[in-house]
Amino acid sequence: MPNSVLVIGGGIAGIQASLDLANRGTKVYLVEKTPSIGGRMAQLDKTFPTLDCSICILAPKMIECLRHPNIKLLTHSEVKEVKGKAGKFTVTILKKPRYIDSEKCTGCGTCMEKCPVKVPNEFDMGIGNRKAVYMPFKQAVPLIATIDAEHCLYFTKGVCRVCEKVCPSNAVSYEQKPEEMNVNVASIILATGFDTFNPSTMSEYGYGRFKNVILSLEFERLISASGPTGGRFVRPSDGKEPEIVVFVQCVGSRSQRGEFPFCSSVCCVYATKESILIREHAPETQVYIMYIDMRAIGKGFQEFVDRAKKEYGVMYVKAHPGGIAEDPVTKSLQINYEDMKTGKMKKLKADMVVLCPALIPKEDNKKFAEAMDLELDQYGFFKSRDELTAPIDTNIPGIYICGYCQSPKDIPESVAQASGAAARAAETIVCTTEEAKA
Amino acid sequence: MKEDNEPRIGVFVCHCGVNIGSVVNVPEVVEYAKTLPNVTYAEGNLYMCSSEGLSKIKEAIKKYNLNRVVVASCTPRTHEPLFRSACEEAELNKYLFHMANIREQCSWVHSKEPKKATEKAKETVRMAVAKAALLEPQTEPEIDVQPSALVIGGGVAGMSAALSLANQKFKVHLVEKENELGGKLLELYKLYPNDRHSSEVLEEFVQAVRSNVNIDVYTSSTVKRSEGFIGNFKATINHEGKDETLDIGTIIVATGANVLKPHNMYHYGECKNVLTQLELEKLMKEKKLGKPKNVVIIQCVGAREEKEGGRNYCSRICCAVAIKNALHIKELVPEAEVSILYRDMQTYGKDFEEYYRQARENFVQFIRYDVENPPEVFTRPDGKLAVRVHDILVNATIELDADLVVLSTPLVQQEEAEELSKILKVPLGADRFFFEAHVKLRPVDFATDGIFVCGTAHSPKTIAESIAQAYAAASRAGIPMAVKRVRTEAITAFVEESKCTGCGTCIKLCPYNAIEKDERGIARVNDVLCKGCGVCAASCPEKAISMRHFSDAQVLAEATAALGGTQNERV
Repeated sequence: MPNSVLVIGGGIAGIQASLDLANRGTKVYLVEKTPSIGGRMAQLDKTFPTLDCSICILAPKMIECLRHPNIKLLTHSEVKEVKGKAGKFTVTILKKPRYIDSEKCTGCGTCMEKCPVKVPNEFDMGIGNRKAVYMPFKQAVPLIATIDAEHCLYFTKGVCRVCEKVCPSNAVSYEQKPEEMNVNVASIILATGFDTFNPSTMSEYGYGRFKNVILSLEFERLISASGPTGGRFVRPSDGKEPEIVVFVQCVGSRSQRGEFPFCSSVCCVYATKESILIREHAPETQVYIMYIDMRAIGKGFQEFVDRAKKEYGVMYVKAHPGGIAEDPVTKSLQINYEDMKTGKMKKLKADMVVLCPALIPKEDNKKFAEAMDLELDQYGFFKSRDELTAPIDTNIPGIYICGYCQSPKDIPESVAQASGAAARAAETIVCTTEEAKA
Repeated sequence: MKEDNEPRIGVFVCHCGVNIGSVVNVPEVVEYAKTLPNVTYAEGNLYMCSSEGLSKIKEAIKKYNLNRVVVASCTPRTHEPLFRSACEEAELNKYLFHMANIREQCSWVHSKEPKKATEKAKETVRMAVAKAALLEPQTEPEIDVQPSALVIGGGVAGMSAALSLANQKFKVHLVEKENELGGKLLELYKLYPNDRHSSEVLEEFVQAVRSNVNIDVYTSSTVKRSEGFIGNFKATINHEGKDETLDIGTIIVATGANVLKPHNMYHYGECKNVLTQLELEKLMKEKKLGKPKNVVIIQCVGAREEKEGGRNYCSRICCAVAIKNALHIKELVPEAEVSILYRDMQTYGKDFEEYYRQARENFVQFIRYDVENPPEVFTRPDGKLAVRVHDILVNATIELDADLVVLSTPLVQQEEAEELSKILKVPLGADRFFFEAHVKLRPVDFATDGIFVCGTAHSPKTIAESIAQAYAAASRAGIPMAVKRVRTEAITAFVEESKCTGCGTCIKLCPYNAIEKDERGIARVNDVLCKGCGVCAASCPEKAISMRHFSDAQVLAEATAALGGTQNERV
């Protein structure tokens, strides 16, 4: 019986589940699709309600995963196939080629400096650029470069090879091929996280058409000291500091007309946090939050919202905008909305609008569901075995779920559920080992 | 590490991207560090905490034969363990590492004054170097861990935690103050989302707990005393009037919450037809609801506002509970009109929105009121109860007949929690719920090792959320019990026996009961209990007590350096 567990997803939930298991002596394979672990939390500037710097509290855990003798980190890798049952799953994992020898790369970044190809940086939500050879962010774990073959001149046109020439460690290896490996595990934990809904299909918000209408995750990268503007919070259209910023809640979520009917659970409070950050950066900037219901449901959250109102002067407006229009010359915006308190139609001018879009389950969940016979709900979240009494279990014994992929939740809830999934996996190891003995 | 006492210090200064580097002139600080006494090597790095930065430290230890390391970067609270383990990997005792915080204490607080921030960073590094020169290696004692857990509270959270630990093959002692298991589930009617009777769900849990050989259940029992430390607690339980002491490895607090009794609000207590949500559940459970024609449910009663007797937090579950009970009333009394008066509808997550829609389809009326203009419960001249409310969505004041007024009040901490928090030496927060070690990343740990929290004792949450958190506590508590050993604090007090007069001052002051007199009448410190707070060392009239890693000499060297001295003047 293998005393080991597969964890899928290297965000905060996957990291926590891995560390709990590894610290009790269980071998963990932590599979992450992208080149670095860290997930969404790595993209955030600060966290609510304590305003802790997100990467600063996450980085030690990421590095603990890298250094832990019981954790095998498999980044830039994907799960291909799962066979077997609780106690003895066999998992085929595809290691995608980085075209960089991870043993030799020191993460010095010389290749990235010299690479001539610029690609929108996914980590910065496409605001800044990265190179075709890149590390997603400065604290990436592992700190190993990856060549993006889709954009690399050598792979697309057969020219360049600059990275190979400049690499002081001779780590570039264009010949690398995908590798498959099989691992045996007693249990599997899924922690695939979320994606953001792209509201460019909802024409009333102007996202994609108006430069100064951005998404909340783009905001996080804009205000972050390690982001593309070095933490200068400015308008994408002209690089000027905005004087009025409006946050719009429930963009595509809580929608009855076909987008996403559910509530993403975190937006009211992260918008509050983002508003506080603006007021701290630029105390003269006016900040409004347009919301339907203020959902400050976690520990200390209502107190946080009260603080935003009283100490930071953030203005909360019960309203849902009917439309946003752009001034073609100044690129400033006008929001038309119905004030729910008075029932009157009103207008509000803004230099920037931050949309808080529905946070939705990953497309990949379908693939995993198929590979492991798991049930998904109507939205694509993994379905709990029993929504009331077994929230972490799936319909397949030995396979557990945690974090946002089970249902919308914030960081502490994801961390708690991840530890919970680790407990269930530990139970599975003990029980299946005993059964095998008997 | 080589056995030579001549300090050879390496100083590593972090840019922290732009966090430090854009304010503090890091190269200047590095150059300055090189001029300090005992500094053999100094360098700067964009991120010292990156794997590259850590390798640099390890390489330098080897290459320059360093025997002390100083990192000038961020806060030791998050990053010290990381740098310490890098030192250990290079075979340097981790207590020979010292950290200077030039981010929180320099670049962040003096972001508008880069020159002064740089000067302060230099001074901070000078202090750290002065202390580092006097650092000594320390060891962390290892102790055995009892593979048995004490779970306090026999509600759904406590039972779930107990079951998980028992399935991990640990012994569990489950203590419940009432004479039966179940907690609040005993009082509920039917549960979301599948409308199963609470009693039926509860029965399954109790069956599983009762039939598990690894769980000992103590009903009508309370925890009277707890002594000891992680792995080796001695907990005294009062079980049906008799005291019993148990050897315990870890403790889980799952004592649950109560519902606020809304005295002086909406005529509760004066008028028998004004109930709390929990009292309504009980009525339905006991089939005593009768045939109310009009039911008015008021949300946020004593919640989300500064009000005497109320709470300022959101109790999270009340909106979904109100919807659930509105639908149950409709089911039991199909002709009943049910209205929910709310401020913000907290139907968060993936399923509650759908539930909310279902309630609207079933003609539950939702009326939104404003906190400044709350509803009013009054008696009409004919003696009948009614509610007046200003509906902000239609901007009109309306009156509703009410055979029954149901008040949604927040979950609040149990009265006994105060005492339990003292017994276990774990804190309560401003909201009086148990306060975890870190709000974001350690949601079920207490700062005290070996003690954990879950369920509504931590904050209001649903049954499913309580169960998930209970498993989390079972994971965290399971770790030391699975490993069977833990390392304890090295920074402890020690007594210079020749100076001790046995006056007992330290014994009286120690908040952890870690000091006792030995057979000679001399103070003796229990290293495992000692948390290194330093109260004893500060108060010993004979200066017989010193702190490991915070010796007078080390602290004075730092202070001397702060005041401009660059030499380590031995005190």
